[in-house]
Parts: sequence; structure tokens; C-alpha cells
Amino acid sequence: MSNTSAAMNTSTNGNQPKLSGPLAKASAATYEYLDDRTGLSAGLRRNLRKVFPDHWSFMLGEIALWSFVVVLLTGVFLTFFYVPSATEVVYNGSYVPLKGVMISEAYASTLNISFDVRGGLLIRQIHHWAALLFVVAIVVHLLRVFFTGAFRRPRELNWVIGVGILTLALLAGFTGYSLPDDLLSGTGLRIAGGILQSIPVVGTWGVFLLFDGEFPGTAWIPRFFVAHVLLVPGLLLALITAHLLLVFYQKHTQYPGPKRTNENVVGYPLMPVYMAKAGGFFFIVFGITTLMSALVTINPIWLYGPYMPDQVTSGAQPDWYIGWLEGALRMMPPIEWTIFGYTISWNILVPSVIMPGIVMTLLALYPFIEAWVTGDKREHNILQRPRNAPTRTGLGVMALTFYVILWANGGNDIIALAFNWSINSVTTLMRVLLFVLPPIAFVITKRICLGLQRRDRDKLLHGIETGRILRLPSGEFVEVHAPVDPDEVAVLLSKEEVLPLPMPPKRDANGVRTPGYAIKALRARMSNWWYRDDVPVVTLNELESGHHHAQEQVEIAGTYGVEPTVSEEVTAGHR
Amino acid sequence: MSKTKFDPYGEDNPANPKKPASSSGSTSSGAAQTHGGSYEEEIIAVEAPQEIDAKAAKRAERQVATMFMVSVVCTLGFVVAYFALPATATIELPLIGITNASNLSLGLALGLSTLLIGLGAIQWARKLMPHVEVIQQRHLLKPPDSLRKAALAQFSQGAADSGLGQRRLLRRTLLASLLVFPLPLIVLARGCGPAPKGELNETMWTGGLRFLADITYQPLKPSDVPIGGVVSAVPEGLLEVQKAQHNLNERAKSAVILIRMRPDQIRSQQGEGWDYQGILAFSKICTHVGCPIALYEQRTHHLLCPCHQSTFDLADDGKVIYGPAARRLPQLPITVDAEGYLVAREGFQEPVGPSFWERS
Ligand code: HEM
Ligand code: FES
Repeated sequence: MSNTSAAMNTSTNGNQPKLSGPLAKASAATYEYLDDRTGLSAGLRRNLRKVFPDHWSFMLGEIALWSFVVVLLTGVFLTFFYVPSATEVVYNGSYVPLKGVMISEAYASTLNISFDVRGGLLIRQIHHWAALLFVVAIVVHLLRVFFTGAFRRPRELNWVIGVGILTLALLAGFTGYSLPDDLLSGTGLRIAGGILQSIPVVGTWGVFLLFDGEFPGTAWIPRFFVAHVLLVPGLLLALITAHLLLVFYQKHTQYPGPKRTNENVVGYPLMPVYMAKAGGFFFIVFGITTLMSALVTINPIWLYGPYMPDQVTSGAQPDWYIGWLEGALRMMPPIEWTIFGYTISWNILVPSVIMPGIVMTLLALYPFIEAWVTGDKREHNILQRPRNAPTRTGLGVMALTFYVILWANGGNDIIALAFNWSINSVTTLMRVLLFVLPPIAFVITKRICLGLQRRDRDKLLHGIETGRILRLPSGEFVEVHAPVDPDEVAVLLSKEEVLPLPMPPKRDANGVRTPGYAIKALRARMSNWWYRDDVPVVTLNELESGHHHAQEQVEIAGTYGVEPTVSEEVTAGHR
Repeated sequence: MSKTKFDPYGEDNPANPKKPASSSGSTSSGAAQTHGGSYEEEIIAVEAPQEIDAKAAKRAERQVATMFMVSVVCTLGFVVAYFALPATATIELPLIGITNASNLSLGLALGLSTLLIGLGAIQWARKLMPHVEVIQQRHLLKPPDSLRKAALAQFSQGAADSGLGQRRLLRRTLLASLLVFPLPLIVLARGCGPAPKGELNETMWTGGLRFLADITYQPLKPSDVPIGGVVSAVPEGLLEVQKAQHNLNERAKSAVILIRMRPDQIRSQQGEGWDYQGILAFSKICTHVGCPIALYEQRTHHLLCPCHQSTFDLADDGKVIYGPAARRLPQLPITVDAEGYLVAREGFQEPVGPSFWERS
């Protein structure tokens, strides 16, 4: 084993061919110039070979980052041509069906980008596709972080930043979607205005301040524009920078595996492997969103026509990330109260203010809630396999189920059409499913996790079932078990021993009541619930006897002419 | 190639049952933990570097170089397409149908040129760069107690020097000034719009205003609304109001629909005799969150909002029969004027559109 490290040292640090030529000389001179003035070398020396662990799921955050960059680049191009103004003009561009129609400058300029600016349609479509990809990547990345427990200490703060990024991404998407001032975007704006207006006490004021009077007015276009191209992207840029700095500083988590401990990082160095891979990945994200934009039309605003507050299209769908809110709004029964002459519209508040507020708050606070329940405040740099945190995984799938049902109801008209049901029965069904399915999803997921845990345990103790049956001289039938690959053993052994918090004593030895007993007891009970049914980890003794048993089996198999599929390393490694 | 031997009982296995699950929460500063400052991080190879086979390397190199060259060609293709094709050129494709030729060729060229740079770089990294997993130690994020103490001591020193601790008067007045400091920002936001003055309660509809068809702006007669028919309309003078106000605010409130049924089919309406020979006028603005409503089913007299499918029964008071809207659609009483045109008898008797706090 020791000679491998020697080999590696020579291969990477040994005498490398020197770059030469005028270009190399010039870059060396530039480097020296900068280094003399900034002490650049210190940072480079420390970070160029910084190690990053490798796993496909670590690319999700990267996709989000690169699609954000694509959105920034294309967005800047759009600002050169987009006119943020509600002033009505006579359309006189190349799109024949709208020639001569009075439309807003915002809509006219978006048509102009689509039909008269060369490459404009392409850039506009890249902007939109990349924006959609941005939100998808953020959400899937969030799910990866959630289900592997990567948000645990010390990374709780980065989780909170991530939830901030997600929120801002939705805001960026919504404000951008509104800018073209077409019939669909105007309808979305109308709904947003109606929601704002429903907020008790301040709602009407909110509408009047946002729209400079009644809906729609003309002020919202320049305001949304500034929010969309300056305010929100600026905040996003700041948060994304903080997010990445924290990842860099705290070092990436890694999946369990051989040699991987809580105190190290196993992976490839930043330079060259990661630079090439990450840099290459930017071009791939850019390339794929561009190809999509070449081949698949998105948001053909010319077909929708200009926004008119008394016109509407049916079967319109918002961008996908708004779908769950749309579904919630469609699902809520019509409950409205009038108290002392004031109106509280629960039918609007619950699905579009209260529910999303609770969801985003719970999401942001989740790491702290889980740590409080489990009492686990240790630093975790090794990721958990979802099965080894069955309650969390169950809760995650439960939340996903809730989300998916809301989202599906956002297309209740499409579902109704596809299955030839009435929209009302689809909605009623969804109302029921929203409360019934998530708990079922929780139970099933937890069961599956526990089943997988048991299988892991069996694997560690008895090896892998080969499906080959042997008849022993005693007449007994046994199945030959093959030892587990050592890499996998390391993964299987990564399950941590966990203990629920103990129930606090009601009174101490002196008969004094435990302060805060109720809270402590609740916490102990929840922690008990959290860890209930967890399959015990394999102890050292069990592991040893398990291996003896496996060894015996292999020997017996050998005497009966069955080729033992045991790798010598495993047995050697165990001795 | 032989795998590195892994010893599950070894000290370096994170999950070694002999070890506590995670030891790094403690502050013990073992040899493995380095704290900022030290550049030297232990680098150990986990796997022996595979010898890159010279032949395979040559092949990979050729592959990557080809990708980069094709990318160059595509980039140049983009430039050519930019100048050659007008923005509106179209082309017919087998699966896609008629599509914008400029968009298609620019997109394919740019997409392929960038994609190939990316694929080339990744292929390079995968096939030609040494793939040696290395191990680096982490530094504990929690600093040793001594460091924390030292930092806090410096802070206390600074705080003591500032006199913040002793000078209570200064501390309190500073706090007060900082607390009220954001007030101007909030006050400034007040300028973003006028105070609501009951505009949400009113529309321009008053007695005697004619109904104009919403696209042609021609005044409507009862004969323009056949039984079973539905006509969208706006108040006479709307265009002038729009011109004067330079916005669509009035339109967003006062759009209505006219429908007609046999008088005996009207089960109830919002006021005695508010119909005209079976013609009823309702606000077109959904009482849920304000979408214009368009889908009318003449057989059932149901009006369906396309946004969230609130359904209103126009033969029965305009009441909600399904969906999230909680209020009936406001009805406008109508009649005909001396020249036989449909007119409003008076304005709406209740606010139209979505609910709001001050509405009762
Ligand atoms: C940060 C994330 C961003 C997201 C999620 C986003 C999303 C969107 C979306 C969905 C649209 C509608 C596009 C369409 O017409 O189909 C849009 C339009 C627009 N965006 Fe962005 N955008 C972002 C950042 C930016 C930035 C940084 C800029 C400029 C610096 C920008 C400039 C524009 C402009 C000018 C439009 C209107 C032109 C048009 O609609 O074609 N965007 N954005
Ligand atoms: S706006 Fe009509 S149902 Fe929501």
C-alpha cells in the first residue's frame, strides 16, 4: 500500500515538462507582476490542489450555478432591446398578425427581440430555458442535500442560504415572466395582485403601493424590470457567492467509502481534474440550453397577444415552479369571513400566503428542527445514506408527495380532459389525496428504509446470497454466501449507532422538579419516535462471528467442488 | 489492477464500530487536525494511478482535438448564419414543422460549438488526466478554545477601549438613533403609490351608460344577444377614460358579460327585474383573484373561470357553485334606452373583483 503513494508523488509532483515559448514567458511575467503586488501565490499554493470528492449528485448544484451564469449572460443581451414601458404604441414589426395593433412598448420590444433582432429569439429562449433549468437544478440539489443529511452541522447556515436562493429564484422567474406584458404574463400578474389584495389590513395598501394605484396601472413594468435585472440578480449573486465560499471553506461532504473518514476528504484535486470538469460543465449546460432553444419553442408570446385585463386564454399553464401554488389555489374550498365589516379571504390566504409561508419556513428551519429532535449536534462530513435516516427520508417523501399533489392539481383541467372526468371530481379527489397520501408515503418509505437496513445488516453478517444451494452430508441444504466487496463493507459500516434522548427524570434525587420538564419530555418522546424501529448497527463481535460463519461456508463449498468466489484480499484484510 | 486493501477494523474507517460514531465534534486537537495557516495538507494516494496506455491516450487526444475543431467550425457557422439569414426566414422540418430558420441554425451552431468545448474538456479530464484519488485532512471548523479565548479577549479589549460598557448614556442614545434610522426608508416607500380611497368599490358604470361590444366598440341592442348567447362588453366611454388615465385600470374593473336565457329560466337574480327580457349583465371579473371569466355553458347557464375553475350559476343569482371563489358575481341592472340600446339602469351595487380587507 505504501508504494502507491510513492508512485502518485512521482506522477504528479515529479519533474514535469516546462512550458516554454513567448506566450508562457508573457504569462510568467504577468503572474510575477500580480504576485509581487497581491501575494497571489499564498492562496494558489493552498487551493490549487484542494481536493473535492467526486459523485454525480454533486453536479446538481453545479448545474444550478452554470444555468444562473447563462441566465445572466443572456439577460444582459435582452436588456439592450427590451423597453420597460407601458406606453401604448402601434406595432409595426415583422409579425404580421399584430401589425397595426396598439400594444405596450414592453410587449412590442419583446416581439421585436423575437422577430427583428437577429439571434434575439434564440437568446430570449435560452434565457427562459436556462431560467427553468436553474430552478429545477436548485430543487433537485436541495433534495440531494436533504436526503443525504448534508445540511447537518456544520452546514446548517448554508442550507438556510440555499433556501434564500430558491426563494429569490422563484421571484426572479416570476418578475421575468411578467416582463413581456403578454396575455399570459398579465394574467399571472392579475392573480398575484389579487393575492396581495387579500392580505388582511395591509393588502389594499400593498396593491396601491406596488402598482402605484389600482391594478394594473403602468408603474409595475419599470419596477418589475429593475427588480428583475438588478435587485433580485444582485441578491442572488451575493447569496450564491456566500454559498460557494462556505462550501469551499467548510470542504465538501463525501459519501461513505474506503479511507473516507469524518476528518478527511477523499477525491480529486481542483487543478487540473476539477477545473476541466467544472469548466467543461459550464459549456455543456450552455450548449444544451442553446440546443433546446434551437429546437423547442418556449413562451411564444406572439401567439398569446397583448395583455388586456378583460381577455383571457384557457388552458394556460404557468412556469412549472408556480404550478404547486396554482394547484393549491385551485384546490381550496371557498371560505371567506366577514368580521366587524372587514373581510378575511381564507380561500386565497391559506393556499397562497399561509401555506407557502409555512412550507418555506419549515424548509429553512429543518436542520435546526431535526437537530433539536435527535440531539445530534456533532460535526458531520460523511453523508448519510437515506435508508439510514428512515424518519427523515420518510418525512422528505411525505413532503414531496404533498408537493406533487398540489402541482398535479395545478393541471386539474388537463387531467380532467385527459381522463374525461369532470374538473370538479379531479379537484375533489385531489383534496382528499392531499391529506391521505402523504402519511401513507411516510409509512411506506420508512418501511422500505428499514427493510434496506435489515438487508445491509444481513449482508454484513452473512455475505451476499449467491443463489447456489449446496446439500451438506447431513442432508441439510445451505445457500452459499459470497463475501462482500471491501468497498461496499465500508459503505455498509457507515451506519451510525444512534440512541434516542433519554426521558428526563420528573424530579432529581433531592425531589426538586426538573426545570423545563415538559419540553424535555416532549423532546425525548420525539427523539424516541424518530429512532424507533431503527435496525441496530452491526457490532464488532457480530461482524467477527459472521465472518467465521461465511468462511466456514466457503470452505465447505470448496470441499464440494464449488468454486469459492472469495477474494483473498477480503480475508487477508480481515486478519 | 489491484484494489487497495481496505481494513474495516482499521483505525481509519469512519464507521469502525470500535470508534465512536464521530469524534470530530470534540475540541481535541489531534495531529490530524490542522488549522488555517498551514499549507501542508497531507496528500496520500488512495489508488495507484492507472498507467495511461500510450495508444489509448493518442486516441483520446485525437477525439478531444476533433471536438475542439468541430466546435471552431460551428462557431464560424454561427457567424455565417447570422449574416446570411434574415431574422424571419423560415424552414420546414420533418418532425418540428415550420420553424424559424435563423433561430434554428444559430441555435444549432452555438449549441454544438459550446457543447463540444464542454464535452472535449470533460473527455480530456477523464481520459488524459491522472485519476488519483487523494486524501486531504479537514481542519476542524470549531477553533480550539485557546484561539476562541484569544479572539474574544481582543474583542473585549476593543469594547472596553471604546467605552461602550461604561458610558450608558452614549450606548442608549446610539441605540435609539440606530433604531429610528430605518424610518426614512419606510417613509420613502410611502411614495410608491397613492392612498386607497375606495376606488376598489367603484366602477365607471352608472345609469344610462350603453354596453359596447368589447372588440368593435359598437353599442349593443337586445337583438345582439340571442338566447343562449354570450357577449363581452365594456361601458360606453371606456376608451376615452383609458386615454385620459393612460392605463387599463377602468377596463380591469368594468368589463361585463351579457347573456340571455328565457325569462322563466331565471331562478333568481340580485335585484327585482334587473334583467331585460331575459338578458342579464354580470361583472366579467372573477371574485376569486380577478381573472376575466370567459367559459359559458349555455345549457346549464354556468360560467367557468379558466384560472381556477370557479363556477358561477348565472341563472341563480350568479352564485358560486364550485371552486375557490367565495362570492357571487356582481350583477348589473339593465334596461334599454329610447333608441333601443342596452344600457345600465344604475352602477354596480357591490364592489366587483377579488375581495379585500375593507370590503364588507
Ligand atoms: C436570476 C435569474 C433570472 C431568471 C430566473 C430569469 C427569468 C426570466 C424569464 C422567465 C423571463 C421571460 C422570458 C420570456 O420572454 O420568455 C425573463 C425575461 C427577461 N429577463 Fe430574466 N431572468 C433572470 C435574470 C435576468 C438578468 C440578470 C437579466 C439582465 C441583466 C435579465 C433580463 C431579462 C429581460 C430584459 C427580460 C425581458 C425580455 C423578454 O422577455 O424577452 N434576467 N427572465
Ligand atoms: S380567478 Fe377565477 S377562479 Fe381564480
